[in-house]
This record gives sequence, structure tokens and C-alpha cells, in this order.
Amino acid sequence: MAHTTEPTTPVVRALYHDDDVLISAVKEIRAAGYKISEVYTPFPVHGLDKAMGLKETRIAMAAFMYGVLGLTVAVTLTWFMMISDWPQNIGGKPNLNWGMNMPAFVPILFELTVFFAAHLMVWTYLIINGLYPGADAQNPDPRTTDDYFMVELPAADGLVDVLKKSGAVEIAEA
Amino acid sequence: MHYESPVRQPLILGDKSYNQITEDVVRPIENAAPRSWWVVFSIALVMFLWGVGSLAYTVGTGIGVWGLNKTVGWAWDITNFVWWVGIGHAGTLISAVLLLFRQRWRMAINRSAEAMTIFSVIQAGLFPVFHMGRVWMAYWVLPIPNQFGSLWVNFNSPLLWDVFAISTYLTVSVVFWYVGLIPDFAMVRDRAVNPVQKHIYKVLSFGWGGKAKAWQRFEEVSLVLAGLATPLVLSVHTIVSMDFATSVIPGWHTTIFPPYFVAGAIFSGFAMVQTLLLIVRKVFKMEDYITIQHIEMMNIIIMVTGSIVGVAYITELFIAWYSGVEYEQYAFLNRATGPYWWAYWSMMTCNVFSPQFMWFKKLRTNLVFTFVISIVVNIGMWFERFVIIVTSLHRDYLPSSWSMFSPSFVDVGIFVGTIGFFFVLFLLYARTFPVIAQAELKTILKTSGEAQKKHHSDHGAHH
Repeated sequence: MAHTTEPTTPVVRALYHDDDVLISAVKEIRAAGYKISEVYTPFPVHGLDKAMGLKETRIAMAAFMYGVLGLTVAVTLTWFMMISDWPQNIGGKPNLNWGMNMPAFVPILFELTVFFAAHLMVWTYLIINGLYPGADAQNPDPRTTDDYFMVELPAADGLVDVLKKSGAVEIAEA
Repeated sequence: MHYESPVRQPLILGDKSYNQITEDVVRPIENAAPRSWWVVFSIALVMFLWGVGSLAYTVGTGIGVWGLNKTVGWAWDITNFVWWVGIGHAGTLISAVLLLFRQRWRMAINRSAEAMTIFSVIQAGLFPVFHMGRVWMAYWVLPIPNQFGSLWVNFNSPLLWDVFAISTYLTVSVVFWYVGLIPDFAMVRDRAVNPVQKHIYKVLSFGWGGKAKAWQRFEEVSLVLAGLATPLVLSVHTIVSMDFATSVIPGWHTTIFPPYFVAGAIFSGFAMVQTLLLIVRKVFKMEDYITIQHIEMMNIIIMVTGSIVGVAYITELFIAWYSGVEYEQYAFLNRATGPYWWAYWSMMTCNVFSPQFMWFKKLRTNLVFTFVISIVVNIGMWFERFVIIVTSLHRDYLPSSWSMFSPSFVDVGIFVGTIGFFFVLFLLYARTFPVIAQAELKTILKTSGEAQKKHHSDHGAHH
């Protein structure tokens, strides 16, 4: 199975067959002092990020910033085109300055805010996760998109025993 | 930890495992298409090709080949546009609004409902574009200076708001749908045996591997997209309704239009979801996932939104009378009793009367009855748009220019063509995409699976 990150140090991969066992295993492994490098799951397992000690994602904050950018673009666009560059009398709508004409621009301001926030957030999401069309599968074992859960961690003394005790159904060293 | 009140009905029937969900979802993709699929696909393809021919004729000759005249300048094209956009709304409502409300029953139906959204918004977009006549100048709606100087698009115009609303809606719906599809494509990729198929799904799945951090971001992105899509979907039909409401045509110039259009859109969209899913669950044997309970929930939404639409119709009549404006009063009197009375009363019967049957549990859990009502509702909603558009225009302020509208064979051809195009896209989707968001569905198996719930009630609520 192809994978993008070829491990340089030997790793141990433990497969689990249940999400509850996985969560308790992750807690046990970390309590035993081993560092988990990655967990592959077929679906979002709730509480896994906390059990692994992952930091909270800041992508929602990024989306907010993108939304602000979209709003700024919309304000600039409507001001330049309707007020500054080529003002016209359209249905008698006041256009002496942008503020007077603004109520008619609300739909545009809203749509561009959403457009920028949604698209740029998804682009960010794809880039930081290393996802692009044709990329090699990131999961080392194809069963982890069906019903298996894999914990990947650097090989260490006594690790296999901890993994066995934690309920792993299969342990492979690579 | 996986506990849900026994009062709640299971959302996944039978004794399923995670693997069984995978197998059930992937079955239509890995197996050959049933004969019925080919029959329906061929019919849809012929309808689509007829539509392509009608559009080619329109572009080659000009929109004079439509049934429009000097008085009725908007008719089937805009009717179809509003109808298709409205149908699209249910998909976003299911995937975004029900996500925000933590309604877990959405998980079995959101993928197909969103597919329906995207495919119907594509149909909708065709009508304004081809109504421009010179389609090769369609880029003039974009804010770019034209060759006569720096004359810009008019941001005061609801028609331009529409351009921004529809294109934002379409593209955001596509990315929302695709973000959810990536893990499911990865599942298909990891099972594929055929090298061509494996390669195609490898490209589509973007290399997804289900890493913990990726899932954490996935959930956050889904939530934010839902938060963005919810006001977006409401804005789209609001802006569509402003195409009419900001004009001075009696019958259009009403402030009730935005909520009234949005309710109507959800109403017709859910009806279309019912039509499609009743077929999908039967043909692809998804009865354990798209259960009677799902059908019943959607029927309740159809009943509620249908009643809102009914209240809107009656409010319009009342306000027309109460306004004291004789033109407004005549517009509504003419709708109900004029030459288009049959369209008005078809609309009233289909949209206000027919959903009231859903008050009865026996009827709203009856699949055949639901299917019939879902078709009736969509016919009714088409008539609603036709009534609003054509009856308001055909008798204007100047009685000497009063006229009637009759569609030409080209109008009919384009409409039938979009129905064909829609079904071509949906049928291709149903054979090649995972029609159920399986990764999401697996998260609720332990709480809402029938066997798992039974296990809980037999062995106490602790795990």
C-alpha cells in the first residue's frame, strides 16, 4: 500500500476493531509514556482528539478572516464601480457616497463574504491536510477506511506488550 | 457513552456492523447496473437531447422562438428557473440547517439531497443564461469593464444580486458536498479491485487517509460550512423573490415574497427529495438506512411548509383587498377568476390542500401515497411560479395590450430537457458515488442502530 510519508525510523502499527477500545487504548498507551504519531480511523471518532492530546483546530478563525476579506472586497468593488468610477442615476437611488447607496449592496456584501469564507476555508483545509487530486493514499492499511482503526507510533522497548494489553487485534512492525 | 433514549426510534434498522454499512453503501458502485437503471437512463438521455436541440434552435434563431410576447416577457423560462432553484433548497436545508440543529436523521439522506441541490441549480442556471439571447455575451453579468469603456454591472439590480447569489450558492454547495465525499471516495478506493476504478477513486479521494487531525478539521469545516450555508440558502430564494418584489407590477410588488418564496422552496425541495429517495431506497435496497421514519419526518416538513405557503397565499389575498389599491385588487381577482383560474386553483389544490393529508400518520407513513403527493406538490409549485409570473403580467395597466401566453414547442422542449438533464446527472451519481454519507453514518451506529439500541435496553444503559 502506497503512502505519502515514508517512515525514516521504524514504526509500530496496531490495528483495533472497535472505536471504544481505540479510545481507551490511546489513553493507556499515552499513560504508559509512549508517544502516538498518528491514528487512522474510518470515521470521526468523538473524543479521539482529546484522548490523543491534539490541539484544537483554528480553521474556523481562518474562515472568519476570509469572510472579513470577502466583505472588504465587496465594499471596494461596489464603491469603485458604482460610486467612484462611473456613477449613474439608477431608479433615483442616492449615490452621492457609498453609505447612501449601501442598502442596495447588502445582498452583494453578504454573498461575497460567504463566497470568500467558504472557498478559502476549503482550500486551506485541503492544503494543510495534504489533499489534492491524485495524491497517494495517506493510510498505510486500506482496512482503516472500512472498519479498522490504526495507531501508528515509533518503535520502542516494551511497546508491543502495552499494545497487546490495550486490545490491539493486529500488530505490525515496519 | 453511546446512549440514546429508548423513546427514540432507531435510525439504522437491522443488525449492522461498520463493515456492513460499507458493503451496503458500496454495492451499487461495485455491481452492474440493474436493467431498470438503463431503461430510466435512456429515457432521461432522450429528454436531455431533446432539450439540447431546443436550446440549439433558440440560440441559432433567437428567443423569438419561445412563446413570449410584448406583454408577457417572462414566462416559462423564469418559472422554470425559480422552480429548479427552489427544488435545490431542500438539499442545503437537510445538510446545513439540520446539522446545526443536530438532527441525526439527516445523515442517511444528506448526500443525495445535496446532489439534488447541485443538479437542480445547474438546471436553474440555464434559463437566465439562455434568456439573454446572445449566450456568448453571458460574461457581461460579471463585474468586468466592457469594450465600450469602463461601464460596470449594476449592483443596484436584483438581477445582478441573483448572479452573485446563484453562483455563490452553486459553488459553495459543491465544495460542501465534496468535502463530505472525500472520505467516502477513499473508502471506495481502498476496496477497489479493478485498476481503472481504483485509479479513478484515487484521483477523486484526494489521498484521504482518515488521520485524527484531518477528522478534527473535517468536523470543524463541516460545521462552519453549515453555518455559512444556512443564511446563504435563505438569501438565495430571498434574492430570487426580489426579482419580482422590487418591481412595480401588481401581484409582484409585495413585501411578503422573501419568506413566502423560501417556504415554498423548502416545500418543493423536500417533495423532490421524497420522489428521488423513494426510488433510490427501493432500487438500491437502502430500506434499512432510509427508513419509514425518515420518510415520515420529511412528510411532516412538507406539511408544515405547505401550510406556511397556504397562509402566504391567503395573506396576499387579504393584503390586496386591504391595501385599497384597485390594480392590486384586480391582479388577485384576475388570478383566481380570470382566464388563468385553472392554474391558480391547481396551485391551491396541490400546495395547500394536498399536504394536509399528512396530518394522518397512516398516510404519511404510506410510501405509495407519499410518492404520489411528492409529485403533486412539485406540479403545484411549478404552477405557483407560473401563476405569479404570467397572471401578473398578462393583464397590465393598459387593457389594449392585454394578452395570453402559450408556450411554443421550444419552451416545452427546454423544460423537458432540463428534467432529462437532471435525471441523467442524478442517475450517473447514483451509480458512481456513495449515495449515503457512510463515514458520518458510522458515527451514529452505536447510538441509533436497531440491534445496538436493543442491546442497550437489554443490558442496561452503561457500556
